[in-house]
Amino acid sequence: MNQIEYYGAGFPYKPNTDMPGKLIVLEGTDGVGRSTQTQLIRTWLENQGHAVSDTGLRRSTLASPGLDAAKQGHTLSSLTMSLFYATDFADRLENQIIPALRAGFIVLSDRYFYSTMARDIVRGADPNWARKVYGFALKPNLVLYLKADVQTLVSRIVNGRGFNYWEAGMDIRCAENLFDSFCVYQTRLIEQFDLMSDEFGFVTVDANRPVSAIFSDLKKHISDLQKT
Amino acid sequence: MISKEKYPGKLIVVEGIDGSGKSTQVDLLYKWLLAEGKSVYFTEWNSSLLVKSTTKFGKKEKIFTPTTFSLLQATDFADRWENNIRPVLKAGGIVLADRYAFTAYARDVARGVDPNWVRNLYSFAIKPDLALYFQVPLDVAVERITSARASLKYYEAGMDLGLSENKVTSFRLFQQRIINEYERMIDEFGLVVIDGTLPVETQQNQIRLIAKKLLHRWKGLPPPIPPQRSHHRKIKIESDFSERESA
Repeated sequence: MNQIEYYGAGFPYKPNTDMPGKLIVLEGTDGVGRSTQTQLIRTWLENQGHAVSDTGLRRSTLASPGLDAAKQGHTLSSLTMSLFYATDFADRLENQIIPALRAGFIVLSDRYFYSTMARDIVRGADPNWARKVYGFALKPNLVLYLKADVQTLVSRIVNGRGFNYWEAGMDIRCAENLFDSFCVYQTRLIEQFDLMSDEFGFVTVDANRPVSAIFSDLKKHISDLQKT
Repeated sequence: MISKEKYPGKLIVVEGIDGSGKSTQVDLLYKWLLAEGKSVYFTEWNSSLLVKSTTKFGKKEKIFTPTTFSLLQATDFADRWENNIRPVLKAGGIVLADRYAFTAYARDVARGVDPNWVRNLYSFAIKPDLALYFQVPLDVAVERITSARASLKYYEAGMDLGLSENKVTSFRLFQQRIINEYERMIDEFGLVVIDGTLPVETQQNQIRLIAKKLLHRWKGLPPPIPPQRSHHRKIKIESDFSERESA
């Protein structure tokens, strides 16, 4: 990464050193197949001889245990959750992602702050406020947005890990039952992603297709990036 | 800070560096307001149970950066704001806060985060009805802190900034930066300055006068109806109750 750019002020107390690595983000709603694709891409890049580091939401050393515990209770407000996720994200960015980029790694991030922001806004956060909160975020080299219809998501969820309270937005009760709430909630998330697409320069990939077809598109976009 | 929402309650906050005496004063104010028959809720900086284990872990492992420290304290504040502060303000009670968003504006900026960024973080919260700033010279605060405590803690002393290997020196340098930020905020947010070097009683009398003015003619949430045998309540308050009962 030759030019280091942040969405806002970044980390003013940090010296701006060179980051030879590349930051590639996979975005998309729940059940869109991000983890599967992340694994495939990782293996593919490693076979080419690249050092790869992967990271995902709620995987920070600092905040993930506390955040997991908070999600088990019923006092976690949307606002508190926004900021807790932002803490988790900042910890990973400063302590995992940036050091890896400095060391020349390709960092594959399974989601970035766009997901968190979409969820916050669906839960009533002021979009402008949410964007400014992430003013410390580094601009990725490539954001691949896996876009699928709710129908596709439902099928993946039913045949995969099953429905879950948070992925169905049951904390804000989009409907009285888990299934309907999931559909409403995911539709709203997709709307937010679509709104962000131009603003943040997402490369949209149709994820209503077989894993291999999606993977070959992703490879193409990553190869294009490597040529630059 | 400065959400446009209006609440029937009153928010009073105290600010100042460690050792400025603000906690002593807010405690006395709290007791006085209770004795006056007010509905009062007291809240302290960094006291959310939801966030506690994470803060403790981060401090113990020394893994905070200025940004994560700032975000986690905002998380802590958000939890208290949603679950404690805001409901009481909506109900018409008085909230006393030992430190408020200004603490973040002062400390986090002293640690090097962007001033506008941290101001945005807290923009969901309201501007207090009264913000008291306890102004003391650095030497006074340092003397109070170092004589009262066995040793300064790592983050308290700002050791994460690498200003000095020596804890007391680091503490002094860090606190001076915080003072500089507070001084800038006096005008920005209309902080009411209290001279923290005055005797405790003198400061408390000043504060009660200011609070009296603020609460003059204000009708907040009455306290619970006292048991029948209690005679110590003031007549004025009892008449408030009878109005409420007949309403």
